[in-house]
Amino acid sequence: MTSTLSPDIGTVTQVYRIFIKATPQTIWDAITQPEWTQKWGYGLADQYDLRPGGQYLGQASESMKQFGMSGTVVDGEVLEVDAPHKLVITWRMAIDPAMAAEGFTKLTYEIEAGRDGVSKLSVIHDVSGRPGHGAMVAGDKQGPGTGAGWIWILSDLKTMLENGTRM
Amino acid sequence: MTDDDRVFKALADPTRRLLLDRLHARDGRTLTELESELEMTRFGVMKHLRVLEDASLIVTRRSGREKLHFINPVPIRLIHDRWIDKFTEHRVSALTDLKRQLEEESA
Repeated sequence: MTSTLSPDIGTVTQVYRIFIKATPQTIWDAITQPEWTQKWGYGLADQYDLRPGGQYLGQASESMKQFGMSGTVVDGEVLEVDAPHKLVITWRMAIDPAMAAEGFTKLTYEIEAGRDGVSKLSVIHDVSGRPGHGAMVAGDKQGPGTGAGWIWILSDLKTMLENGTRM
Repeated sequence: MTDDDRVFKALADPTRRLLLDRLHARDGRTLTELESELEMTRFGVMKHLRVLEDASLIVTRRSGREKLHFINPVPIRLIHDRWIDKFTEHRVSALTDLKRQLEEESA
């Protein structure tokens, strides 16, 4: 099955929203605490200095190191912090020289509490002028079937928080 | 209504599928832009957009004075994981391969 509903990678902002049966604080921790970030998505050990101007680094996980990746995979700067509801950072794929040369994108997480213990997580990724990043987070680089990018990452986060297991 | 019900209901209408296709071609559009491509009143388009938003298939964001509509591909992915993977893509592809083969032979 070919998906005709993948986001248009040419657009400057990509928006993703998912509902997760977890509190905003749990989702916030899953995004910002390295012991949690290693359990979903690409499993980077994310390190945030959670104040405006603070550094953000996504470090290679143990399994990535086995594939020869090491050090900082993603880097950026914290722009806005309103725990556990809003986090705005700059975000760049630092490990790939071509991507790193594109420069930083702007990534916003918004978390809202809803009914019945279900929270709404929105990811707004401004990839203006960064087509390589745009294609990557839309899942284009991985080929059909693997379904990577934000869609896969957020589905994995939902599964991890709701079931305690990986997809 | 469950989340899945909302998604299936939203997708069950050709105008709403068309709106998603238009947003897929170019994301982040205003109501006025979307309306200009459809033979429908502004009110009608708004109604359909609201159903899509309730199903979380689109997400609206304010940009200055404008309200922009974005596709949210996540619910489709979840439906895919829940309903398509389960019934094995292998069997589906075997049938689509057979269809293609038969159609080529008869061509």
